[in-house]
Amino acid sequence: MIDYYSLLRRDIRFVEGLNACMNCGVCTAICPAAEFYNYDPRSICNILMTKDNEKIEHLLKTDSIWYCGQCLSCKTRCPRGNVPALLISALRHLSQVTGLFTNSEKGRQQYAIFKTIGENIINTGYCIHLALINLKLHPEQGPVMVWYKENAEDVTDLLGANYNKLGEGALRKISQDNLDELKKIFNITGGTDLYNSINKYSKTKAKELNINCEDTIENSAYFFHVFLSKE
Amino acid sequence: MEKGYWKDYQKAIATDNYFYERSCIRQTFFPGSENAFIKIIREELGLKIIDDKNLHTCSGIGYYSGIVPLETTMTVIARLFSLMSETSSRNFVSSCVTSFGLINEVLDMWEHFPEKLESTRYYLKEATGRSFELPHNVAHSSDIIYLHRKALKKKMIYSLVNKKTGEPLRVVEHIGCHYAKIFPQHGVGGAEFPQVLAGIIKEWGGQVIDYPERRHCCGFGFRQYLIMANRGYSIANSKKKFESMKPYKPDFIISNCPGCSMFMDRWQYTIAEMEGVTYDDEQKGIPVLTYEELTGILLGYNPWELGLQLHQIQCEPLLDKIGIPYIIDKKYIGKSGKKLNHPLKPKNIIA
Repeated sequence: MIDYYSLLRRDIRFVEGLNACMNCGVCTAICPAAEFYNYDPRSICNILMTKDNEKIEHLLKTDSIWYCGQCLSCKTRCPRGNVPALLISALRHLSQVTGLFTNSEKGRQQYAIFKTIGENIINTGYCIHLALINLKLHPEQGPVMVWYKENAEDVTDLLGANYNKLGEGALRKISQDNLDELKKIFNITGGTDLYNSINKYSKTKAKELNINCEDTIENSAYFFHVFLSKE
Repeated sequence: MEKGYWKDYQKAIATDNYFYERSCIRQTFFPGSENAFIKIIREELGLKIIDDKNLHTCSGIGYYSGIVPLETTMTVIARLFSLMSETSSRNFVSSCVTSFGLINEVLDMWEHFPEKLESTRYYLKEATGRSFELPHNVAHSSDIIYLHRKALKKKMIYSLVNKKTGEPLRVVEHIGCHYAKIFPQHGVGGAEFPQVLAGIIKEWGGQVIDYPERRHCCGFGFRQYLIMANRGYSIANSKKKFESMKPYKPDFIISNCPGCSMFMDRWQYTIAEMEGVTYDDEQKGIPVLTYEELTGILLGYNPWELGLQLHQIQCEPLLDKIGIPYIIDKKYIGKSGKKLNHPLKPKNIIA
């Protein structure tokens, strides 16, 4: 069996995030995710302190590590300086590099985040940009956002932005030399490897489920399968 | 012995010569706010701020969603520091609360694990040939407005007072989780006694509402909002805040974080469409402003050039309360004066 605990110890977020939990449960009391989901950061700390690789493997396969909203409220409150949100970040990373994330419904959703935010970063230099928002995926944005998107050039011009043009300003086009440097950073630091890992394991899972997983979002049934959690 | 408790809730904020880091979310949803911030710094305060054409994302939304590794995010941030290092400024000002929190987190990790700082320097050099210096000061852009609130007040035409009643406007402020929950010592007032927006509101004549869920998360949750199947998490957390603030009858909400500003605007619309519920007495919703928009309207800037027409919850009731004039026929025009079509009206909220 893989020594998951040793792998986690290599992640400085794990080292920073787990000191000596006394199981007081303050993190769970303050946690917005624990209020909404069946989620308990205290028990995550508890499991990790056992150093039991079977239990950790189980954790990496479950929805439990995908409920946290990364608000870091737990960091403010823990009397022992533990940070469950940092532990979750380390667990999520390990779950994705080992492919275990495709075992859970919430884990499989990482494919949709990679296909949207992940590709946005590499292709445009933005996590989110007006031109990249697909309103079919965001009905909550409402009619003003529809109007704004339809009239993007006129409206952003009025507001002093530099919409999709090179140079300074809001919503500017980021030049290719900057994007090339970002791409090289992703290549050398493991960012591209993680993208490839998410993509590879997701396509394997899609094949196992007999769901089409094309590279373009519009043609990918698997994207909508995980985005809408059609389980 | 002199009591020094409040020293824990102060932070050092650079007074001039800023390097501006733009926000993906603020640019997208509130581009007029970033434009106004630069104008305020340069034209109202006469200070220096650098807007670099080579800026890019800090990768924070990807990082907190789990798809960008820590080492990648550290090196992306190092590239931003490299851009800063090419200028005369070492005062890094982030337009995004998440970026501000993440940068403080990365700096903190580099202090605790200096080998990570060294490996980041190596990665950046190998990938780009670049090197970088660390910032001398890291601030959120609202810190800068807070620092200069008294100077700005002297230039303001309007104040946060109801023109008809003469009473202070009742304001809900939301500083955003990543502003002070990660490192309370880096936020004005810390996580317990948020002052960065409260200080602005009080200075400019308003009254801060201290409601039970004041410090609760807006519900962004990164992957919780980005995935449609999880969005119940996001709206439920905002709803909890709206229900908590409603009895205090806020005139408006001001938010520190661009994401929180957008969510508290859009989720009011969504809740109204889903349940027919609004959190004001007139079925119009509670307007949500960014601090740049608030500063701008009190300075007398044109509301439509600030971008108030981009809000789903309409801001005219607030402008009317303060007594700020506006031309409604110019709400939906382009820069050249071109008349644009109007957005559709929501079913359950008066717009």
